[in-house]
Amino acid sequence: MQSRTLILKYVVTLGLLLLANWLLWSGHFESPFLIGLGVLSCLGCLFLGVRMQIIDEEGAPAQLGIRPFTHYAPWLIKEIAVSNWEVAKIVMSPRMPLKRNLILVNAKQQTPLGRVIYANSITLTPGTVSVEMLGDKVRVHALSLKEAADEMSSDMSDRVCRLEGSRPSSDESRKDV
Amino acid sequence: MFGGEIYETIVWLISGGLLISGSIFAIIGGIGICRLPEFFSRMHGAGLTDTMGAGLILAGLMVQAGLSLVTFKLVIILFFVLVTSPSSCHALARSAIAHGLKPQLDVPNSDNQNSNQTSGGE
Repeated sequence: MQSRTLILKYVVTLGLLLLANWLLWSGHFESPFLIGLGVLSCLGCLFLGVRMQIIDEEGAPAQLGIRPFTHYAPWLIKEIAVSNWEVAKIVMSPRMPLKRNLILVNAKQQTPLGRVIYANSITLTPGTVSVEMLGDKVRVHALSLKEAADEMSSDMSDRVCRLEGSRPSSDESRKDV
Repeated sequence: MFGGEIYETIVWLISGGLLISGSIFAIIGGIGICRLPEFFSRMHGAGLTDTMGAGLILAGLMVQAGLSLVTFKLVIILFFVLVTSPSSCHALARSAIAHGLKPQLDVPNSDNQNSNQTSGGE
């Protein structure tokens, strides 16, 4: 378990996020009574979270900052759109040129959170689904074109590495299967 | 007055286009679920509906709502859909593997032999 000073950062970030969430979802900006109730409920949630010891670098990933939304999400959305188009073409083509395969991709991320982001990104792009996590490797089921899937995953892996702050090593990721 | 009408028309056209293309992708995803041969392939069809279908439909609704609290809520919905759908997809695939369902492959499965080697010999 972490010391109290260490989780303070995550507690403060989570508290601010909860408060912003409450304000934006409720839309009550004027009545002090309602806002007071909102603050109270946020504090209650924080108290429960601290008591359950789930506020850490996984429960409230403050160390990632805003980079997932500014740097990673736009690129991921572009990838999703491209591979959506590819899979849609396969599904709608009369003969369905499938080349189903299972590949093993290295997940070089150092933290479990990084690996989860990586595996979820693989699943999120249509045509590839992460089937199993095997230590620092991910088994991926791909619908077609093993090379394309592999290449894409390597680029994606480097990006997730940069996101979590570790240095991507470029050689390890290529699999010559 | 006239400019406002043109603006409204453009907004309606953009959001309508997004909604229709999102619906098309959702339908293609459904067709994929029916057409693709076995369980593991069908998950890819479901992914089509989850990402592009839901994303484009929500984007169309955002355009129509303009800059407001409704748009913020739609963004949050999109965020949660994008976070939860791969998790459920992975859970499905993992439990299928765990219960012994083997995926049919068109390309022979070569990862087991190579998984312990580094790729230095390329």
